[in-house]
Amino acid sequence: MSISRDKIEQVAWLARIRLEDSEKEALEGKLSDILGMVDQLQASDTDGITPMAHPLDATQRLRPDEVTETNKRERFQAVAPETQDGLYLVPRVVE
Amino acid sequence: MHTSTLSELARALEAGETTSEALTRETLERIRAHDGRYNSFITVAEERALEQARAADQARTEGRAGPLTGIPFAHKDIFCTEDLLTTCGSRMLENFAPPYNSTVAQKLDDAGAVCVGKANMDEFAMGSSNETSYFGPVTNPWGDGLVPGGSSGGSAAAVAARLVPAATATDTGGSIRQPAALCGLTGLKPTYGRISRYGIIAFASSLDQAGTLTRDARDAALMLNTMAGFDPKDSTSLDREVPDYCASLDNDLSGLRIGLPKEYFSDELSPEMAEQVRNAVREYENLGATVKEISLPHSHLAVAAYYVIAPAEASANLSRFDGVRYGHRCENPQDLNDLYLRSRSEGFGEEVKRRILVGTYALSAGFFDAYYLKAQKVRRLIQQDFTDAFNEVDLIMGPTSPSPAFAQGDKTDDPINMYLEDVFTIASNLAGLPAMSIPGGMVNNLPVGLQIIGNYFDEARMLNAAHRFQQVTDWHQQVAPNGV
Repeated sequence: MSISRDKIEQVAWLARIRLEDSEKEALEGKLSDILGMVDQLQASDTDGITPMAHPLDATQRLRPDEVTETNKRERFQAVAPETQDGLYLVPRVVE
Repeated sequence: MHTSTLSELARALEAGETTSEALTRETLERIRAHDGRYNSFITVAEERALEQARAADQARTEGRAGPLTGIPFAHKDIFCTEDLLTTCGSRMLENFAPPYNSTVAQKLDDAGAVCVGKANMDEFAMGSSNETSYFGPVTNPWGDGLVPGGSSGGSAAAVAARLVPAATATDTGGSIRQPAALCGLTGLKPTYGRISRYGIIAFASSLDQAGTLTRDARDAALMLNTMAGFDPKDSTSLDREVPDYCASLDNDLSGLRIGLPKEYFSDELSPEMAEQVRNAVREYENLGATVKEISLPHSHLAVAAYYVIAPAEASANLSRFDGVRYGHRCENPQDLNDLYLRSRSEGFGEEVKRRILVGTYALSAGFFDAYYLKAQKVRRLIQQDFTDAFNEVDLIMGPTSPSPAFAQGDKTDDPINMYLEDVFTIASNLAGLPAMSIPGGMVNNLPVGLQIIGNYFDEARMLNAAHRFQQVTDWHQQVAPNGV
């Protein structure tokens, strides 16, 4: 199957990826090839098959609701691009 | 000392023939002198490594040394190492020094192993040739202009060039085994959940598994002894006992039942490759194993299922890179969306963007059932193929990759062709099974990998089979012509 330029732009927006026009052109062909390859799946008979979430069908473990981590705000914020007074800085959201 | 295996170095350290500091200095010196040719390291951790080496020597004098104490090795640059740059091969994380250790890094630190640096890799582990790294391609020591495979190409090239005796790696669709095959190494991807994923930068969480690239099976067993085990910090880690993988290496192979999937000897495999793999399997018959043909009837769907599941999970995992908490941030963002859009577009490379888009598409409204859910059902069928096969055989063998090392640039413009590099390796990730690649022959003077797939948690049997093979063959001792 092929994917249209409009659809690529919509998906790129959902993924918050900005594409140049030249990139969109190259992507039309390559994404269509990939989706075409993936479409082989549609021909397989999967009636009554349970989707597989974990190879050994393990389920999410529960743990006691206890505090185990210490506050490492300074360590974590040391790798952030911009912080101030212990807060992460982003462009103004509310005018 | 650089021609020695990890086990030989461990013996030399134990016998007092050398010190970790001497070994580490020699290793750092060789990386400095020769890695320009391979580009296998992104970061070399000189000071840190020498400190670790001196601490290892101290531990030995105090009688606290284990088998890995003082051994220099490399981490794939996907394992978070505290305060040591961890880039994942991406501009996005060019300046990221993690505030914590991955469990694997912590365990190897605790064992006294000496991390000399972080190995190059395909960006976010997406690639089969190590050509998508922001830090440049890696060259295979088996020939200038040849790819080392990927995504753990730096780990593989560093071991094949004899810069380090061992390296950590990760395997989501073949990223340990295919580089092992192309570089003439022993690569081990254990059962999903055997080694903690905590602190490994996530690509496709239901498929990712850490493992090793080493010169032989004994060294892989030594590494696995330290790396394996339950970790409460990894929600999919499995709580099973960790056996001593070295203890069973010499077990007799009489009566071992080996299955050869007929689907793995199809048109995708050249006759020369098939012949090498069949010759290798014949050695197992000489060792007392029985060999029969088996069928994995859904094999042809593995690549398609993988290229839905892996990109879908990647698109979710990589949404965390938003230019706010860590990683690349664009200059002068105008508003929040501009911050997201430009930080991500500048930070990610072409292949990563492509997979994020495929994954976002597959998960988007109206497509989820047709793609992701369908792929997860096919995944169950693929797993069932293996379950049926393991009722009849103990191990499955076949080729690791369709061809030996190929030329840089050969497949970069053709994603599908590149994806087919992993046509034989992907199925064991989908099923969560342990699998290895060991050197099993040569075509055109380049190494050919023999793949060994085991049942769940049967790493000991795979390592036993690999080790016995390596005692009667010398493919694993062939030296890359451009090695050090």
